[in-house]
Amino acid sequence: MSSTDVVISAEHISKQYRLGVINHGTLYRDLQSWWARWRGIPDPNASVTEYLGHEQCPARIVGDRFQALDDVSFEVNRGEIIGIIGRNGAGKSTLLKVISRITAPTSGRICLKGRVASLLEVGTGFHQELTGRENVYLNGAILGMTRREVASKFDEIVAFAEIGDFIDTPVKRYSSGMYVRLAFSVAAHLESEILLVDEVLAVGDINFQKKCLGRMQEIGKHGRTVLFVSHNISAVKQMCSKSLLIHDGKTVRVGPTSEVISDYIKHFNESHPAVYTRDPETKRGSATIMRVAVCNSEGTLTDHVELTEEFVVEVEYILAEPLSGLSVGLQIIMEDGLLTVISLSDPELVPERMKTRQPGHYKASVRIPNHILNTGRYQVRSGISSRFTIYDVVENVVFDVVDNKGIVQILGRDRKDSLLSLQLPWAVEHLSR
Amino acid sequence: MSEQKKDNSGHWDVIIAPRSKVVPLDLRSVWRYRDLIWMFFMRDFITFYKQTVLGPLWYLIQPTLTALTYYIVFGKIANISTNGLPPLLFYMSGIVLWTYFSNCLTNNSEVFSKNAALFGKVYFPRLVVPVSISLSGLVALAIQFCLLLVITLGFIVADDQVTLHSQILLALPFIVIYVAVLGMGVGLIVSALTVRFRDLAYATGFATQLWMYATPVVYPYSQIPERYQWFFHMNPMTAPVETLRSAMFGVPGIDWTIWVSNCIIMIMLLLAGLILFTRAETNAMDTI
Repeated sequence: MSSTDVVISAEHISKQYRLGVINHGTLYRDLQSWWARWRGIPDPNASVTEYLGHEQCPARIVGDRFQALDDVSFEVNRGEIIGIIGRNGAGKSTLLKVISRITAPTSGRICLKGRVASLLEVGTGFHQELTGRENVYLNGAILGMTRREVASKFDEIVAFAEIGDFIDTPVKRYSSGMYVRLAFSVAAHLESEILLVDEVLAVGDINFQKKCLGRMQEIGKHGRTVLFVSHNISAVKQMCSKSLLIHDGKTVRVGPTSEVISDYIKHFNESHPAVYTRDPETKRGSATIMRVAVCNSEGTLTDHVELTEEFVVEVEYILAEPLSGLSVGLQIIMEDGLLTVISLSDPELVPERMKTRQPGHYKASVRIPNHILNTGRYQVRSGISSRFTIYDVVENVVFDVVDNKGIVQILGRDRKDSLLSLQLPWAVEHLSR
Repeated sequence: MSEQKKDNSGHWDVIIAPRSKVVPLDLRSVWRYRDLIWMFFMRDFITFYKQTVLGPLWYLIQPTLTALTYYIVFGKIANISTNGLPPLLFYMSGIVLWTYFSNCLTNNSEVFSKNAALFGKVYFPRLVVPVSISLSGLVALAIQFCLLLVITLGFIVADDQVTLHSQILLALPFIVIYVAVLGMGVGLIVSALTVRFRDLAYATGFATQLWMYATPVVYPYSQIPERYQWFFHMNPMTAPVETLRSAMFGVPGIDWTIWVSNCIIMIMLLLAGLILFTRAETNAMDTI
């Protein structure tokens, strides 16, 4: 009976952001614009650059407004774990921000039952100078727990985070793994009935990620509800029975995860080139990925690579400020969402990673050896991150691995369903006659 | 089943709707987050004392040096009356209270810009931050007030015709709460405006400085010609500064009408601050 009642009901929510000249952020420029308008001359602050950023989806611009969410409605029952998937900029994060009351919707309404805790980032409000213990209490309070609740769960939190004696050490001395574990652990022990999670599992080591996924499933079993936004399709597949696909601010599909994922894959297959280039005007934040490209062994751009030849993935990025601890991450994901390859340009424990990189334009390229990926369609997903922050993620650079030499496939036959197509060192001996 | 659904629809805990013109002030949720106010206070306190040895000492150096400067400039050179009090005590008492007020004001005016990262990631009643800022300032105020007491006792021991009156114990809590609320109210107005106009932040420090000279900090109210006295009725910092001195040292105080008009203005500023702030908070994250 209680398993069917609705705890989140979103009714026709829309969210528009204003573009262009509405606000310059300073009184001086506002006055300048008023003065110009009053004299009938062109506004010196009128900006057209903001429009360019959304060129790829002109349908979402209404007048001077950008439609981040457009008439989204859905219902979530108690105890469900719902995955929210969609491309970059589809509106997934905006949706979570609206539900977690960080920003107000432009129209429509959302009704919630129970306390809501949002985990849009790991370790929000952690202070470097404070000890682990102090941060647990601070972070717990920020996430909406009372002091008494934190105190009663304190031992559990520390045990889950595997921090041990370091709990009374300032977190600035923690390794990034410890930091993330402690931060997630606080959130995982929230007593809230609804938990909103955004991409946080992208950090931390594999074992801890598994532990987190397990914890979230457990949360669902206890009659609490989880909304899980992720790029990681295999995680969504593993955790969520039901999913919501957002495309260009609209809900394209709500339903069983496997169906929604195959829909999603159909969507991005239609419209994506093997190279991604960001408009320089839409550069954002401290680190921005400007270009992701797949090149064949000769270095020319391509949308398909030969199984028997190595190929190169190039990632160009711009740093707006000096940053340390940077790494470019690369994931190669199979059509059905299986993550086949993951690689970091600067592994976590390499000391060079802590060096500060000066602002400028960088290019990181990685050579993927031949005979690793089996034939099929893959997408590249690349991100730039430091220890705790993901600055930018680009995905859906789609390419095919083909086998025109007939190495693993006899021409004209179906693809054999294997992940790898390694050319292993076989030994063939002639034993007897 | 449909019965169940109908039954549920009336019992939502939270309804998120578009921002309306009139935003109800939700003080109850601020109270529910009182632990967070306390944690923010502790964070500020701990980090301040962990980082610097000079920090607490600075609290003592700053008012002392300022009082000495005023003593030379306004007492010795400009020869402005100090209402019969030893100049050092006169300036120091004004400075201690004014410092608290200006800290409340300037720190509160930076609420949105300083906490943008936090506000962009998690929801809690935003008013929690201003309240904790006003509380954090109390630590410095307490330290500086103790310094004032020590100096006063020094003057008493040296028998400089100074007396310490016990009614300050009654007046002080009221004065401090009044100043805290006023500083928060004005700070909220500024912070709500800086969401739209970031360059206002630069003007705040300067405006606060000017405001101090419009307040009886370096001169007594008794020196004000009658035709300018209306101005001090309008300045809500007049009454607390003057009352602190009169309650503490027993010097002639101010007319109760100043208290009345000051209180009215303080309440108006507070309400304006709360309204502007709650209106700004729902959509602040879209513009910062």
